[in-house]
Amino acid sequence: MSEHSGSKRLVVGAHYGLRDWLSQRITAALMALFTAVLLLQLLAGGRLGYDRWAGIFAQQWMKVLTFVTIVSLALHAWVGMRDIWMDYVKPVGIRLLLQVVTIVWLLGCAGWAVQVLWRL
Amino acid sequence: MAEDTKERPVYRNIHVTQIVGYSLPPAGMVSILHRVSGALLFLLLPFVVWLFDVSLGSEISYERFSNAFVAGIGFVPAGLIKLVVLGLIWAYLHHFIAGLRHLWMDATHSVGKQHSRVSALITLASSLVLTVVLGARLFGFL
Repeated sequence: MSEHSGSKRLVVGAHYGLRDWLSQRITAALMALFTAVLLLQLLAGGRLGYDRWAGIFAQQWMKVLTFVTIVSLALHAWVGMRDIWMDYVKPVGIRLLLQVVTIVWLLGCAGWAVQVLWRL
Repeated sequence: MAEDTKERPVYRNIHVTQIVGYSLPPAGMVSILHRVSGALLFLLLPFVVWLFDVSLGSEISYERFSNAFVAGIGFVPAGLIKLVVLGLIWAYLHHFIAGLRHLWMDATHSVGKQHSRVSALITLASSLVLTVVLGARLFGFL
């Protein structure tokens, strides 16, 4: 890991985007899995009311999968939004501000969603 | 040092006003809409979490949640909520299907002109058709 930190850090070269590229795909696959699992549970079973809806998320394994999805979404959206800021916003100060706002936005939403989930 | 700090020429030949006049190939449409839908989902994220919150909070808040689509909530009319949810549905579907297309292209290397054109058209069409069907259900036409 020595080339990733310290005064001898490698600051140029390829593969810097690989981690982002891969994490965006892995998190996407996890969210797609969540979507499929939720859809299957919604389609199976009778009329949808509060009991059935809350019952889906009350199962421990569904809570874990939903939690993984929330974290995946935050990471996925971070990579995507950072790409957008890097492409369109050139002044460094404004870009930094927007990136900080993005992180706050995502962490805030993720925390709120986890709170909803664990209240069940 | 003076030469180092000399202004470098910048070639930016695309201006926002010109983009409107561009005619993109289907793959280009999918690409820019992938970005637009992603940004839209990001901006609407608090709304999604709010829906998650009121629908799961309690039986009473679930009633508020379903009533929001019938009578609105607070000063927000039901029609506006449905419209935003319709936007969410399209953004989710387009982003999801365009993402599957990415994964499929990565896995099978189907990146030729013809393959990418066909898969782009399928992506655009299927997300729109599904949006229309789900939108019809949402607005009570189905």
